[in-house]
Amino acid sequence: MTDLDAPPAAAKNTTAAPARPRAHRVFLAILRRDLLVTGKELWVILVQVGLTPLFMLFVFVKVLGGQDIVAGNFADLFLPGIIALAALTTALQSVALPLVKEFGFTREIEDRLLAPLSTNLVAVGKLVVAMLRGLIAAALIYPLGALMVGSAPWQPGRLPMVLLTVLLGGWIGGGIGMTLATILPIQRINITFSLVVTPIIWTGCIHYPWPRLSSMPWFQTVTALNPMTYVSEGVRGAMLPGVAHLPAWVCLLVLTGVAAMVTVTSVRSFSRRAVQ
Amino acid sequence: MPSSGGSPAAVEVADLVKRYPGSTTAAVDGLSFTVTPGEIFGLLGPNGAGKSTTVGILTTRLRASGGRALVGGVDVVGDPVAARAQLAVVPQHNNLDRALTPRQNLLYHAAYHGVGRAERNARADALLDRFGLSDRADKRIEAYSGGMAQRLMIARALIHEPAVLFLDEPTNGLDPQSRRLIWSRIREMRGRGVTVVLTTHQMSAAAALVDRVGIVDHGRLLTLDTPGNLIKGLAGRSILDLTVTPAARDEPDELLRALSEVPGVRKGERLAAAPPPGRGAANLRSGLGLGGGFGTGAPAAALTALARRERAVATLAPDPGGRQRVRIRLHLATDPAAVLGPALTILTTRSATLTDVHIAEPSLEDVFIGLTGRDLR
Repeated sequence: MTDLDAPPAAAKNTTAAPARPRAHRVFLAILRRDLLVTGKELWVILVQVGLTPLFMLFVFVKVLGGQDIVAGNFADLFLPGIIALAALTTALQSVALPLVKEFGFTREIEDRLLAPLSTNLVAVGKLVVAMLRGLIAAALIYPLGALMVGSAPWQPGRLPMVLLTVLLGGWIGGGIGMTLATILPIQRINITFSLVVTPIIWTGCIHYPWPRLSSMPWFQTVTALNPMTYVSEGVRGAMLPGVAHLPAWVCLLVLTGVAAMVTVTSVRSFSRRAVQ
Repeated sequence: MPSSGGSPAAVEVADLVKRYPGSTTAAVDGLSFTVTPGEIFGLLGPNGAGKSTTVGILTTRLRASGGRALVGGVDVVGDPVAARAQLAVVPQHNNLDRALTPRQNLLYHAAYHGVGRAERNARADALLDRFGLSDRADKRIEAYSGGMAQRLMIARALIHEPAVLFLDEPTNGLDPQSRRLIWSRIREMRGRGVTVVLTTHQMSAAAALVDRVGIVDHGRLLTLDTPGNLIKGLAGRSILDLTVTPAARDEPDELLRALSEVPGVRKGERLAAAPPPGRGAANLRSGLGLGGGFGTGAPAAALTALARRERAVATLAPDPGGRQRVRIRLHLATDPAAVLGPALTILTTRSATLTDVHIAEPSLEDVFIGLTGRDLR
């Protein structure tokens, strides 16, 4: 390369036009905005994710357990499921609800869509934030749940597996939420939400370890189709190695596959919604 | 008359087509125009004419079905990311980020466009000041009035110093104070070398502000020229309305014939009896048939002449009792001033009494109505 390689006219043009910023700077700026909003809404997350699981814990462990209707060690089985549930559903809700609003009536997202960044990466940024919100939710629910049930399994050596499963669960939740929010007409969001989220919760092995379902093969098959199951089993296996559970590698493999799938569908439907 | 010299166009649209799924007609149907750097370009058209769709495509929010669109020399379809670095848009609706404060709206927008921290802080302060928002920069967006939100959106659009600024009906529904501020800020942009593409229904403001105007309807460009030239094209479309009381033995029709023969008068006609006060202007407006389709009468007619310059030149005498007043309308092919003198001479020699004179000159709005018709959309 010599100086002669750069034609002076071209050089002049590039100085006149606004410079195009580097993609990672734009991506981080948008991420920072979402994190700022997440920080502002921390108590909302707490209410959003905390209430249902904590009530579930209270009823199943304290109320039913106290009357010997459920076994005493049920609390230990249930807490990992609750953590997994918090991660996935928080991520799902925290991306879906704002997106419905931002694409629907406030159109606030337009400013970010008009940033000099690929629309696909704007969508990926949303997934990253959803995943982090899922992680925050899981991290909040663990001590709260432990306080409520009075004990908590603690396996420091298994922490990476718990983290990885929770992050994958959050990513998947975000992907499902983004897909729903961007493909459904606004008037059908509510009903679809119930139709999707309720089965995710009740067939997701939150309350029971998957191998124990062998007595109900049809239900075991149904639960095997729910990605929530692998999040629950992954977290439970790591926290309670003594309880029968799906092998960690199966959970991670399935979750990675599902995560890849929902990434493609959610990013694609987001981009279709963004640029029509 | 687009490019000047060899500089690339700020905006270039060629044979642009946009068909929405499920629609039988194209929203934009082969539109072509060019905007030169530093120009203020007005895109006018009735509601649903395809203006906002065109702006949507140029700002990468809508995908074109065909044709080419370039902003700052960048193909918005081929490289939307690079195009976004060139442009900013102020949409019709309030799309401010409600999760952020007004100041944060500016700062984050600047950050999305790669403006460094110190620089964006300085620019945000300056813009908040210029748009009269400094003292409410850290309030909640929800507390903002329509005018404040609009000013903030324009400030936000300017903070990354775009080469081309798109304004989609920037003064819609605003009070006169905000409107004036916004028009004056747009005028300033010319000095800064920012190219502005704006859509509006405020014809008089547009006529005063824009360098050139393109009028679109049904997704097609109907005309493209400077406002001055477009209005000049309607020369000979002025109207002179005279309210006279003829002399006792003079026939009103004879008087009309005499006035119609004045050089520069295309046609003369008698109107209904003298109008009650206040009605004159409305009747005069409805009389300006400029070639468009004839619509639903009164509302369309009243719309016609919002921007028309009307002047009561003189009210020379009170109505002398007994004799009947006649209203005569002269359609002119020339400047009204050139006809007024000879017309007055005729009236004087025939001893007619002139009670009222109205002159209506064509405006950009007449050009608009002439091209797009009077029908309500």
